[in-house]
Amino acid sequence: MSRERSFTIIRTAVSMAVAVLVAFLIIVLVSDQPLESIKIFLLRPFSTKRYIGNIVETAVPLIFSGLAMAIMFKANLFNLGAEGIYFIAGITGSMVAIWPKLPPVVFPFLCILVGAATGMAVMVIPGVLKAKYGASELVTSLMMNNILLGVGLYILNNVMRDPDVASLVSYKYRTNSLLANIVPGTRIHVGFIIAIVFAVLVYIFLFKSKWGYEIRMVGDNGTFASYSGINVAKVILTVHLAAGAIAGMGGIIECIGMHKRFEWSALPGYGFDGAMIAMLAGNNPIGVIGAAFFVSWLRVGADLVNRSSDIPTEMISILQSIIILLISAERFLHKYKQSWIEKEVK
Amino acid sequence: MKAFTDLIFTTDFFYSILRVTTPLLFASMAAVVSDVAGVPNIALEGIMLIAAFAGMFFSYLFESALAGLFFALFFAVLAAGVLAFFTLYYKTNIILGGIAINSLASGGTIFFLYLVAHDKGTSVSLASKVLPNVNIPFIESIPIIGPVISGHNVLTYLAVASVVFTYLLLKRTALGWHIRAVGEKPDAADSVGISVTKTQAIALIISGVMCGFGGAFMSMGYVSWFSRDMVSGRGWIALAAEAMGRQHPLGTAATSLLFGVADALSNAVATLGWPSDLVKTIPYCATLLGLAIFSIRAYKRAKAA
Repeated sequence: MSRERSFTIIRTAVSMAVAVLVAFLIIVLVSDQPLESIKIFLLRPFSTKRYIGNIVETAVPLIFSGLAMAIMFKANLFNLGAEGIYFIAGITGSMVAIWPKLPPVVFPFLCILVGAATGMAVMVIPGVLKAKYGASELVTSLMMNNILLGVGLYILNNVMRDPDVASLVSYKYRTNSLLANIVPGTRIHVGFIIAIVFAVLVYIFLFKSKWGYEIRMVGDNGTFASYSGINVAKVILTVHLAAGAIAGMGGIIECIGMHKRFEWSALPGYGFDGAMIAMLAGNNPIGVIGAAFFVSWLRVGADLVNRSSDIPTEMISILQSIIILLISAERFLHKYKQSWIEKEVK
Repeated sequence: MKAFTDLIFTTDFFYSILRVTTPLLFASMAAVVSDVAGVPNIALEGIMLIAAFAGMFFSYLFESALAGLFFALFFAVLAAGVLAFFTLYYKTNIILGGIAINSLASGGTIFFLYLVAHDKGTSVSLASKVLPNVNIPFIESIPIIGPVISGHNVLTYLAVASVVFTYLLLKRTALGWHIRAVGEKPDAADSVGISVTKTQAIALIISGVMCGFGGAFMSMGYVSWFSRDMVSGRGWIALAAEAMGRQHPLGTAATSLLFGVADALSNAVATLGWPSDLVKTIPYCATLLGLAIFSIRAYKRAKAA
């Protein structure tokens, strides 16, 4: 492994450590029993089967969004549309889960397929506008997030809303549509296996296939890729469709894996989380799994601290912003990088 | 349809357009300044939220609306400064930095709201202050126009002034020239001795000040309390307005006003049973459509040439 690469790993580790230290700091400042709370934050997530289960469940949607963003980032595209896709794919997939009657296995499979198809359909718009006409995928995807939220809420309010429940939720999903539990005593569902499988598939797609090679070429240098005969427009569209399908799957899998009804009334935030996960993982699909676990450990820890003392779980978003800022900071620890790499040369 | 026109052609409705446009004007001018400088600030939403919280909390703490406004601006500038520090000095990608600030704001404000008010929803239990409304002498007594234009929050008039400020800044001052040069051709600007980093930092700080005013308006004018995620997408609408207005201060202001109308409309038609969920997407649909048309035309022109 080159020192350049090990340095990236060290920087990531330092960023993670800083985030944990800031968590300590917040706990010490706010909690009446700081040492106890820190212990809870660090260790209690691993103390029982149920809590470990919580970590795994929380990681599932993060893996999908991290994968979607990793594909985007690999092609040097800045499309944050996964956010809106999570919501709208949750809606369309939920409509399937509510109405038709189907046997188990086939039923959730169809829901996921519809979610993935929705994600792809949505991504066609920013994809084509970028690939063919050069419109900024960042702006179009941000606009689409809000449009999809509005359309989704309209469908939820007018088509799917269960009038017997006070809060804004859909009718109950049919039992056959729910993803099966795989570890008794926890809520870990089949979605976890699907997430792992897709992490491997995305890895193969990006690093072992011709398409992946083209995507990475375009990501490194679009002009050069185009001169060497790569159809850049096609690559951009492929990346959009692949990321859309994965984000769509992530949305509906979270719904039918963890909930009995559609329960989101705002954008769930997983799209933006995905950017953080992909960065933590250095855009490596296998690394995405680890990054998702790290973040969900932080979340479960913060949740447990919240239960035993007065620290709001929103502490987590402070930690997340620190992680994002430090990891994406190219020049963070740059001074040390230089001497570290020079040593190798000597 | 009668009910609809009755609702729209009232002085109250036109008054409400100016009211809802106020935060959009501030935020869209913030977007213009930062984007022209080549550092697209997508943290408008978060910075406004931070300012809204700071305004509420410090006006409660010091029992003074002015103190609230001061700290709203202070924390907005601080947030913009953090963004500038990381993007310009540590070379964090500006978009990712924006995501980080937004995440910090949406969770962080709830975190502190809970610590000070023991509530994760609103701050109504804290007696915070509001900035005063201003009646313009003479104009206020003109029929129809008076009730629409006069009697607004002081920040509403400042929002209009911020458009003029942004226009003059960018078109008439040396700093404005530098900002535009740095955004267009950083290398060229650098070669004639303009510090790219410094100019972009100033642009981000200015956009922070604007967001500070916009956020202060939310909790100390638009309503008199802070509630979670109360900026509710205005930062994104401002980005939309800026994209539609093609970075020009006046075009952006006009688009903001248009989006303000859509916003006021969505509030108004909700009482008629119209689908407000869909009405709320109008600004975003318009922007998407505008962008699509613009880039397709640019593409065709480039191809014909």
